Amino acid sequence: MTATTNAPPDTRRSHGDSGAPPGKRRSLGDLKVAMIFIAPATLGFVVFYIWPTLRGAYLSFTEYSLLSAPKFNGLANYDRMIHDSFFWNALGVTVEYVVINIGLQTVLAVGIAMLMYRLTKSITVRAIILAPYLVANVVVALVWYWMLDVQVGVVNTFLGWVGIDPIAFFGDSHWAIPTVAGINVWRHMGYTALLVFAGLQTIPSYVYEAAEVDGSTEWKTFWRITLPLLRPVLVMVLVVTMIGSFQIFDTVAVTTQGGPINATRVIYYYIYERAFTRFDFGYASAMALVLFAILAVVSLVQLRLLRARESDLA
Amino acid sequence: MNSLMSRRNLLKAGLAALAVPSLAACNNGAAARGPGEVIYWLWDSAQLPMYTECAKVFHEQNPQYTVTIEQYGWNDYWSKLVTGFISDTAPDVFTGHSSKYPLFADKGQVLPIDDYVAKDNVDLSIYQKGLADRWIGADGKRYGLPKDWDTEVYFYNSAFTEAAGISTDQLNSMTWNPQDGGTFEQIVRRLTVDAKGRRGDQPGFDKENVKVYGLGYADAGGGDGQTSWSWYAAINGWKYSQGEPWGTKFFYGDPKFTETIGWWRGLITKGLMPTYAQAKSGVDVTTSFGAGKYGMTPNGSWMLGTYGQLKQVKTKLARLPIGPIGKRMSMMNGLADTIWAGTKRRDASWAWVKFLGSQTAQDIVAEAGVVFPAVAASMPAAKAAFAKSGWDVTPFLEPVEAGDVFPYPANPNAADVTAVMTPAMESVMSFEAEPSSLAKANDDVNKILAVNT
Repeated sequence: MTATTNAPPDTRRSHGDSGAPPGKRRSLGDLKVAMIFIAPATLGFVVFYIWPTLRGAYLSFTEYSLLSAPKFNGLANYDRMIHDSFFWNALGVTVEYVVINIGLQTVLAVGIAMLMYRLTKSITVRAIILAPYLVANVVVALVWYWMLDVQVGVVNTFLGWVGIDPIAFFGDSHWAIPTVAGINVWRHMGYTALLVFAGLQTIPSYVYEAAEVDGSTEWKTFWRITLPLLRPVLVMVLVVTMIGSFQIFDTVAVTTQGGPINATRVIYYYIYERAFTRFDFGYASAMALVLFAILAVVSLVQLRLLRARESDLA
Repeated sequence: MNSLMSRRNLLKAGLAALAVPSLAACNNGAAARGPGEVIYWLWDSAQLPMYTECAKVFHEQNPQYTVTIEQYGWNDYWSKLVTGFISDTAPDVFTGHSSKYPLFADKGQVLPIDDYVAKDNVDLSIYQKGLADRWIGADGKRYGLPKDWDTEVYFYNSAFTEAAGISTDQLNSMTWNPQDGGTFEQIVRRLTVDAKGRRGDQPGFDKENVKVYGLGYADAGGGDGQTSWSWYAAINGWKYSQGEPWGTKFFYGDPKFTETIGWWRGLITKGLMPTYAQAKSGVDVTTSFGAGKYGMTPNGSWMLGTYGQLKQVKTKLARLPIGPIGKRMSMMNGLADTIWAGTKRRDASWAWVKFLGSQTAQDIVAEAGVVFPAVAASMPAAKAAFAKSGWDVTPFLEPVEAGDVFPYPANPNAADVTAVMTPAMESVMSFEAEPSSLAKANDDVNKILAVNT
């Protein structure tokens, strides 16, 4: 991922020649060994992903309080969801979070990646930029929770020095979601920047040279060449980060716990609350399934709209 | 790039697969354990040492039984417990809480101990008045023996009260009413200091720039208000519900309650208490108190240890105020040891519960000076232990001795009630809704409870 290749692209590859593996017999021989290597992972995948998913889907059609056997109740949970204002509020709050989180994170990540690409190839700088991502989510959330405390937090002390009144970052219902989103931007932007940085290195230098010869400005080059050629990487980054972003949970769980009022009750937290504090597993499963459907649709639409499979280099 | 991602997922799944055998191995070893080996859970790390000591003494007295203690923090504790119920790996005996056990009892997960109590002639009169009966469920069955109890008082910053010229006597004879807040509000006003050093009762007090608030609060109190508003409402003559503690119909819409909350949030408007956003945007109320941001903060007796660790402030205790009904009232709650209905070691579990409910065990608990023991005769030891760490805990004990206490509002739908009452109270405290809106919340609560009948 970090290898820098400035050679022109292999034209045979980019013309859709998928490149069948040479020597069919050898690949069959590999199959057995491959199966052995894949088996443990497959077992884990079936036990921990496929089976829970199927069971979750089943439970979404039941009334299940966890402590007594599930009772089939058809579409009752889904009907309830349509009329549950907390559910719609949770979806709204989640979308607000995703928009702020992904928007800010992508812009900052591209910015950082560009700076790294143009200014330094230093491994140390890359390591520093990645550092927040290496700290556990919960730790990050707790540290920020302390720093942003309205009365004893260091951030509000700094704000006080420049004459800004203390801001109740977590307590004010207008600030709460932007605060949570901001914390996660801080944690993730370095990682995202590295992905984008890797993408930048796949852009051959001759296109830049050509642009320069044609008298393009830096700004124009960025919009007309860098961004379009970066698209496949950006799509991947967007899809992956957006799925992750929809699943925001831990920062909320250790800081606001859904409050103030209902300002940060994101969909995952609401599902968790319904399931594990109110033992409403049937309803929680139904919401989880709906979230799954939403994520699937969002990802497909993204891939479609952004033509992830094609590169403008072709 | 895509193959890289999926490779990572595969790796994750592979690791998960590797975890299967080790997961299976830590199911408390239900089969592997002997019939006399009891597993016991608690959530308070501060109490781990004394319960370890209890387990040692218990084993000496009953060599056929051994106890393994496991401690998990409050948040993990309850979800772990429920997963344990389902997967048949719950601990034989665990610490129970008034807000949690009714549901477990309702779902048949805790063992009624009536037969054991009768068979062994357990003397229930050794406990503080009323404590043992808290563990009789809505169905009339007994689900645990009490281990400790708690009440509320004001923890105040004595340097601040001295600077304000407020005497200990004044602090311990406060009065309160929902109209002008009585002498309690006067004291809170005097303790409040703005950025220019003017007190809340001095001319020119700037309520927009307050440096020290007279009164702190942790949250809006949800449906119980245990450490926030419960005693004001009680001394205003209000009750949570019809039929305490097993409420069948709640009264959050009652004028006695709404006027109490109206007065309480009025302290925000007057600049004597931080706004709800500020109160909720802190790490916790105790930390802010420790940083000298509050004159006083109400809290429960289980917090004595935490306040004791605040080195920057000198903390003392003051009684709750006397209200319109002519006396002080405090919520009295407590914990009990309960037996999991699915245990394969009922006799051993009962022996341990009985031991923990005995004076022998509670003396050990008392001497550690962390909580108040349920056995009345163990109280002097606890009082002495607290005195040694500099606390005069009398304000906690008085309401209990006088019988002026009320129970935690228990019901099997506590989580659902909280889900309604927490946002409702938060809306009122942040001035997004009027106290009268609580009538609607009350209807919702009663609808939840109606499902049971």
